[in-house]
Amino acid sequence: MESGGASPVAWAIHMALAVSLRDAVALAGRFPLLAGVTLDVGEGEIVHLSGPNGAGKSSLLRLCCGLVPLRSGSAVVLGHDLAADRRAVRLLAGYLGHETFLYEELTVEENLRFALRASGSSAGEAGVQAASAMSRLALAGRLPATPVGKLSAGQRRRTALAVVVGRRPRLWLLDEPHAGLDLEGRQLLDEIILEARGGGATVILSSHELGESGAHPIADRVVQLAGGRVVDDATGTTSAEPRPVLPPAAEPPAAQPPLAEPREVPAPKAQPASQPEAAHVA
Amino acid sequence: MLRDALLVCGKDLRIELRSKVGLNQVAPFAAAVLLLFGLALGPTTAALKPAAAGLFWVAVLLSVVLAVQRSFAIESADSARDGLRLSGLDPAGIFLGKGAAIVSQLLVLEALLAAGVALLFGARLDGALVLLAACVTASVGLGAVGVIYGALSSGARVKETLLPLLLLPVAAPVLLGATKAWNDALSGRPGQADVWLSLLAVFAVLYVAVGTVAFGPLLEDA
Repeated sequence: MESGGASPVAWAIHMALAVSLRDAVALAGRFPLLAGVTLDVGEGEIVHLSGPNGAGKSSLLRLCCGLVPLRSGSAVVLGHDLAADRRAVRLLAGYLGHETFLYEELTVEENLRFALRASGSSAGEAGVQAASAMSRLALAGRLPATPVGKLSAGQRRRTALAVVVGRRPRLWLLDEPHAGLDLEGRQLLDEIILEARGGGATVILSSHELGESGAHPIADRVVQLAGGRVVDDATGTTSAEPRPVLPPAAEPPAAQPPLAEPREVPAPKAQPASQPEAAHVA
Repeated sequence: MLRDALLVCGKDLRIELRSKVGLNQVAPFAAAVLLLFGLALGPTTAALKPAAAGLFWVAVLLSVVLAVQRSFAIESADSARDGLRLSGLDPAGIFLGKGAAIVSQLLVLEALLAAGVALLFGARLDGALVLLAACVTASVGLGAVGVIYGALSSGARVKETLLPLLLLPVAAPVLLGATKAWNDALSGRPGQADVWLSLLAVFAVLYVAVGTVAFGPLLEDA
């Protein structure tokens, strides 16, 4: 693997980044979705994207999971250059968008099994992962056998989240994940996010669920977007203000697998030749 | 790739079995086409019998448009298409899986329509091997070209009208070849159908190859 001429220190720091964007531009036709975003997110961080409607939060999340192509600038996600290999990133990232990506005619369990098998699990593994994810998201009773078309908006949201949980991605990209969830669901979601981080995953979320500090209560850092650019990038907590920890909830099942699990993917492509900003780690 | 194709095909067929769109809408539409052509050409089987092969394949061709639209409508709902892109499935596998699901539905539809042609038009289904070979090769070709143009048009705002505009002219060689092959078989000359079956096979192989290579960019850009 080449370091592209970067110093060993810069290379080591760069490898600790889950997301590294430099002047990233994304377009929808001729309309700029992102107008030059520069952002670093370290592995294991929980970053809260904030900003008004149309600021570029959803576009930034979609860029990071490879749904929106990079037009210019550079974007390295989990060691893979998005300009060269979006598919490798998709295998490692879990994205929850405004849409659920579910098939209405299929049941909750069938949707989960399909999504998990599509991401590389065998039939047996998919069954175990689906059962575990449904259990974690409290999709119990008749729900697993219910067609998604008959679910409420909140139940659909939980099912979509169960797909992400079941995939155990290294990078969680959550676009307004609390929308449509009741209080219990929102608390459960926060627990799951913290569990994922505990397993080594990185989380970037956009949310209007704000704490007193203006950041999401579980976020390490809040990044303010406006007009497709980062306009403010600050830590949400300080060393004097310890990160909030949710009250302990019901213990997860003993057999619960970690919510982030490295999987076999193609080796990362060679990094961009120069990483002068690599030391810019929040 | 084959694993992904089987997965996508199984998913699409399961959805069709649940929704019954093929049974409740596509099949009745194809039967209505046969009936309407029958009414237009005349009530006697003497007039209808020579046109049976052509009417059969026109009904199949028009039904392909519906089947392809349905296949991509299930991916449009709730942006399931983005879910497919994010899943890491091989695009060639998605193409083959969606194509296989459409071909399966077409073969069932053709069996129903063949019975309809025999009943309504008094056609004797002689040369069963040629009829079957034409159905299989034509369906593969139509399924492949349908998935390609379905993906191409599914991102457009006017996809409902764009798909038939793109698909029907391209599928004309299938209509010609399959009609000629069926005519040869129905008129007791199955041996003369070889050239038309070859045309259908070439069309199918060509579009399966093109789709396997081109479906990735189509899925990303359409």
